[in-house]
Amino acid sequence: MKAIVTVIGKDKSGIIAKVSGALADNLVNIEDISQSIVQGYFTMIMLCDISASKLSLKDLTALLVELGNQIGVSIHVQHEDVFNVMHKI
Amino acid sequence: MINQRDIIETIDMVEKEHFDVRTITMGLSLFSCIREDAKTTADLCYDKICKKADKIVKVAEDLGMKYGIPIINKRVSITPASLLTANFPGKEIVLAKALDKAAKTCGIDFIGGYSALVHKSMTSYEKSFIESIPEALSITERMCSSVNVGSSKSGINMDAVKMMGEIIKKSAQLTADKDGIGSAKLVVFCNAVEDNPFMAGAFNGIGEGETVVNVGVSGPGVVHHALKSLKDASIDQVAETIKKTAFKITRAGQLIATEAAKRLDAEFGIVDLSLAPTPVMGDSVAHILEEMGLESVGCHGTTAALAMLNDAVKKGGVMASSRVGGLSGAFIPVSEDIGMIRAARSGSIDLNKLEAMTSVCSVGIDMVAIPGDTPATTISGIIADECAIGMINNKTTAVRIIPVPNKTVGDEVEFGGLLGSAPIMKVSGYSCEKLINRGGRMPAPIHSNKN
Repeated sequence: MKAIVTVIGKDKSGIIAKVSGALADNLVNIEDISQSIVQGYFTMIMLCDISASKLSLKDLTALLVELGNQIGVSIHVQHEDVFNVMHKI
Repeated sequence: MINQRDIIETIDMVEKEHFDVRTITMGLSLFSCIREDAKTTADLCYDKICKKADKIVKVAEDLGMKYGIPIINKRVSITPASLLTANFPGKEIVLAKALDKAAKTCGIDFIGGYSALVHKSMTSYEKSFIESIPEALSITERMCSSVNVGSSKSGINMDAVKMMGEIIKKSAQLTADKDGIGSAKLVVFCNAVEDNPFMAGAFNGIGEGETVVNVGVSGPGVVHHALKSLKDASIDQVAETIKKTAFKITRAGQLIATEAAKRLDAEFGIVDLSLAPTPVMGDSVAHILEEMGLESVGCHGTTAALAMLNDAVKKGGVMASSRVGGLSGAFIPVSEDIGMIRAARSGSIDLNKLEAMTSVCSVGIDMVAIPGDTPATTISGIIADECAIGMINNKTTAVRIIPVPNKTVGDEVEFGGLLGSAPIMKVSGYSCEKLINRGGRMPAPIHSNKN
């Protein structure tokens, strides 16, 4: 399954390292990544393959949300289909 | 990869604009549970509901997590209960208790379908069933009831209209300790639909399958937000923006509906494209209308703005879903919409304007609190007016009105939760008693003869 992991928050050093580290620890492969400053906020979007993940989607989401709280950013994990259906005809 | 702006837009819809899937409603046929006696029938209904719907809460939570879109309500709608209780008139309450118990066991928010379809005529067992509604609503918590009293094809059953005025009043009186909440769970329809996922009017129609999943999307906040950037745009552009926004939210609903059906081992029924408000800030249909350019909802121009909104939502939604059904349109419940509550308090909206609005949007006079001493025949008059609008215009109309015991114009009522709060609205002081007491059946309009 492909998931979109979105990280939004105030820019600071180490955000990418911490998030990608947590993903790697759980065997989640990052297939594509983009990062920019949108409306003054750090915004990182990753397309991840979570088929081999050690954690279920629920637990992975909980882990990343908790990590986001620790480093002061908001993290969302969503199946890619929701964006495909909403924004493509 | 997917466009970054689209991803952020979706996340903002949920985080800032209250986008959600309002309900996953499982329609269940309970015909197979009909037996000679009340207890066996009720037991079989309870067992079947618990067996079929036991996963619905978990499935909704899992899907909400998977797609990052909250699914607010989990519900069940059943075969109109008056057909299940035909063998034991006078003992309908036994079934009502079983339905409420099943809802609690499954952890669902509401169970709908304590319903009767009497739009042409009424059998003796349906009369007995309808008479049981006030007590059934007073002893249950999660059960909803509806009665269809008219249709474009058959006309309006004025005997049923008269009866429902009395039943609504009694339902409020029996729940006087909770400001008449019984009648907030009771809706009277004209042209009721068989696949409606929204309460209080959901039931699984007799043309429906064994187990069906119907989904209601929502998103007044998303539409409102999209219109904020169109301050000086023409009405064409406003309509176009609403259409595109409705497309996006409906597509999410369609995705969740098809997957929910698969996981629940049920047929995918329909997506209901309704804009359903809640009493929280930023989730109001009234605010959309005001964003279009009304100083306060209820002023002149409101009906036109609502007609356009309703039509644009349907156009966008129809493109987005392979199966559209239910009520599909904009809901205008007074107590459940913060903008409508404010307008009712300030006097900018009244029952007459609400009635006009119901001729161009889905449903009808919804969640309106009126004085507790309103005569039953006046309530019947309100029902008859709504039925006439529905019958003549080939659309669904409904009345969910609460004659709040011991309260009158100037007072407020607080139902709590999604049902919200409302000021008591004024009804006409003139009587329609003679008209209502005539009874009989109002003939169907000439355009019903299409064969």
